[in-house]
Amino acid sequence: MTLSPDEIIYRIGPWEVNATLLFTWVVMALLVGAAAIARRGFRVEPPIGRAQLVFEALVTFVLDQIRDVTRQEPRRYLPFAGTLFLFILTCNVLAVVPGFEPPTGSLSTTAALALAVFFAVPAFGISKLGLRGYLRTYLEPTPLMLPFTVLGEITRTLALAVRLFGNMMSNTMLVAILLLIAPLVFPMLMQGLGLLFGVVQAYIFTVLALVYIASGTTEAEKRTARGTGETA
Amino acid sequence: MTDLSLIAIASIATAGISVAIGAGLAAIAEGRAVAQALQSIAQQPDESGTISRTMFVGLAMIETSGIYCFVVALILIFANPFWGAVS
Repeated sequence: MTLSPDEIIYRIGPWEVNATLLFTWVVMALLVGAAAIARRGFRVEPPIGRAQLVFEALVTFVLDQIRDVTRQEPRRYLPFAGTLFLFILTCNVLAVVPGFEPPTGSLSTTAALALAVFFAVPAFGISKLGLRGYLRTYLEPTPLMLPFTVLGEITRTLALAVRLFGNMMSNTMLVAILLLIAPLVFPMLMQGLGLLFGVVQAYIFTVLALVYIASGTTEAEKRTARGTGETA
Repeated sequence: MTDLSLIAIASIATAGISVAIGAGLAAIAEGRAVAQALQSIAQQPDESGTISRTMFVGLAMIETSGIYCFVVALILIFANPFWGAVS
């Protein structure tokens, strides 16, 4: 039994590629390919294809979630949050395909995604509030909290990575162990449960990323809103 | 009893205990959170979207501590840094 898909090595010609890398490429090709094929049939007039309906429903869902979580104009965050959600969702859902090792079950992938969030928070914050405004969010509500805020930035990134990794890895491992003990029906039930967990984890990862981004972009706004007597 | 078997006993026992405590307490906390959220949804069905989303975020936070225990247990069993210390 392998702990992570990093340890499974495939040979493609002269190169050695581990399962994480290979299946990340598969997911990327799938997403880009599906988008490239589907966009040919897109049209504005009413007779709308099924693919367009699916994509529109997905985009609307992500937009609604962003608007609800950040309470800001959602288009800004759509590329980042949508990419995170679609990539993790595809990885987690494809885990039920035999032979597919979900890349999200490797700490390398989840650490990379969490690092992307780690750097996206100051990027969005600075582009919205300016450097001074963003740095001031660290001093809210009092400068005494600065060490904890900085510590929180690091631990929440770690938690983001380890949560996704722990959930996906424990799921694949659970199925592998159940295959040894009770190979008839139970692994299938756990796979079904794994589908649910995978979707929920993709959702949670995206929502948490948005919560962190929102906390890095709204502090100053809230203060000005309070100053003008509006309710935030 | 050799040092190696002592390390094995300590690692396996600690792994089991840490997962037991971590999973149990996280489960109690998540159960309380979900019960409260369900009660809130029953009282205010219009706000169910906001309540369930906040609940999911909170559950993820609670679950993190349980997953930390799980990862510590996995490290103790599969990637124990002390195996190499004695041999």
